[in-house]
Amino acid sequence: MAHHVNIERRRQAVYGWLLLSPAVILLTTFAFYPSLATLWSSLFSRGTRRRPSEFVGTENYTDLFADPTFWKVVTNNLIYAGATIPISIAIALGMALWANSKIPARGFVRTAYFTPTVLPMIAAANLWLFFYTPGLGVLDQIGSLFGLPSVNWLGQPETALWAVIVVTIWKEAGFFMIFYLAALQTIPEDLKEAADIEGASRWTYTRRIVLPLLMPTTLFIMVNALINSVKLIDHLFILTKGGPNDASKLILYYIWEMAFAFFDAPHAAAMTILVLVVLGVVAGIKFTILDKRTHYQ
Amino acid sequence: MATPFVHVENVAKRWNGQLGVENVSLSIPRGSFVALLGPSGCGKSTTLRLLSGLELPDEGRISIDGRDVTTAAPSDRNLSMVFQSYALFPHLNVAENVVFGLKVRRVAAAERREKLKRALEITGLLGYENRKPGELSGGQRQRVALARAIVANQPLCLMDEPLSNLDAKLRASVRKDIKKLQVDLGITVVYVTHDQTEAMSMADMVVLMKDGHIQQIGAPEDLYYRPANTFVAEFVGSPPMALIEGAALPGFEGVPLIGLRAENVHVAAPGQGRLRCQVSECEFLGSETFIGLTHPSATGLTVSMPGLKTIPAGQSLDIGFADEHLHFFDASGQRAETRPPRPAE
Repeated sequence: MAHHVNIERRRQAVYGWLLLSPAVILLTTFAFYPSLATLWSSLFSRGTRRRPSEFVGTENYTDLFADPTFWKVVTNNLIYAGATIPISIAIALGMALWANSKIPARGFVRTAYFTPTVLPMIAAANLWLFFYTPGLGVLDQIGSLFGLPSVNWLGQPETALWAVIVVTIWKEAGFFMIFYLAALQTIPEDLKEAADIEGASRWTYTRRIVLPLLMPTTLFIMVNALINSVKLIDHLFILTKGGPNDASKLILYYIWEMAFAFFDAPHAAAMTILVLVVLGVVAGIKFTILDKRTHYQ
Repeated sequence: MATPFVHVENVAKRWNGQLGVENVSLSIPRGSFVALLGPSGCGKSTTLRLLSGLELPDEGRISIDGRDVTTAAPSDRNLSMVFQSYALFPHLNVAENVVFGLKVRRVAAAERREKLKRALEITGLLGYENRKPGELSGGQRQRVALARAIVANQPLCLMDEPLSNLDAKLRASVRKDIKKLQVDLGITVVYVTHDQTEAMSMADMVVLMKDGHIQQIGAPEDLYYRPANTFVAEFVGSPPMALIEGAALPGFEGVPLIGLRAENVHVAAPGQGRLRCQVSECEFLGSETFIGLTHPSATGLTVSMPGLKTIPAGQSLDIGFADEHLHFFDASGQRAETRPPRPAE
């Protein structure tokens, strides 16, 4: 008997591993191995013809911490994340609540909100380049109607980062709205009716019932927005190239520059590892602390 | 009867020209238990939602407790509601669900605690305060919904098929609980159901509906013993009333339709009965067996026999019945109070 049970158990285990193997192979090849390889190469110096690459320990990291551009880029990215995450989530939630209510042309409103998401980031950036261009751009055209002076939104350090932030929010909000919209549609209509009978105002209903029920979605969107705030840099190539004077440079753009413009792979690798660590820690905090306070249906 | 507590006058509701309900007029005395009964899609839930204010009527007036509430918001009508799905807030625990309305109405915390305790006591939910609805059984959820209605302490409570998600055994016990609660609290209950057992056993007054129109309003015994038309006759009772064409019964040729309840039918000796039928099926219920019969000019004929009987289908069976148990209906299906005169010979 025990023999049969053993064979059956082994069969189940083989079956399980077979099901897992595609994901394991792909993730190992394209995620785990590159991460480890990056960590490894971040511990070596940059090899030149005269001085071959050698193990330097954490020297690349200390270099980075001493680099003012690195800190500038980190600050930029913190501002970028601090602005894009809450604002795009708030706008997405507002749009979803509106697009979910009984309004005329609801389908059109939803499509309109979603359009920015469909556009490739490069196309969206070109569009906004046209908005921002001093003199010719739409913003300046509108401004001049009211006698406002021409502003070079992308060309001056004070406004460049914010101009980039606006594009990101415009691009992301519609995408997040779709998730909220889907979540809102899973909330049964009779909860609203029960709240109505109890005399709850629209605001009370939204705050006490809808928002808590949307928490799982909010959590998911927050993690996505955080990842996007690090990885979404396509528009920088079109709009500012990180300038002027690094005012709109973000970490990933700096990593790209370091690796492919300055050909300093070890420092780029070190920066990559730092980003990975920070993202991992933040996602961990979100899922452990916020998860406890989140109701999953 | 004093002025009715709830008064509905000629109310109609349509959706995009499609009929919801029409010509609904109802007077509900204070403290009564009213059941809105009918097959699905008959407009009983619509009527309830019109009372609650979740839908507004296209025509007609509704007044509750002497106040015209035709267009008033649900919260201004002083009523509570129990939903078919219970509509419990899934992220709030039992206590929070029950006191949600009190919090909205800014009732002080001490009073809230007291009312919560009483409502949980009545519904037997003490000790479950911190459970989420997802951690409760169907019957317990149903009781939370009841507790939420009780704690609101409103004079009128609307219930939309509150027992339809419970299993049969539980249904019978909760039915008694709800009835007892209604009597103890002295509230008026309007109760929607498609289950005639619920309506007949709990209600003081049954409103039977079909296709958006009221068919009959009356006490359960009225509906059973004096059905207003053939629809009521065939809906109420288990098994429902059989309808026989008058032409098939000697002496009743002038009556279009004759109604007859199963308990008034007896099996007669061969050749001694008034109708000869064929047995179509036997339904054994323990203390009795219902024997379904077919006859070319009758529908729904059933005879009840004590104990277990197995009669092969297709066998002939003669049945007898007394004249005083017959119900008469005219050609349009309406009840005729007296037996129509015999046609001139």
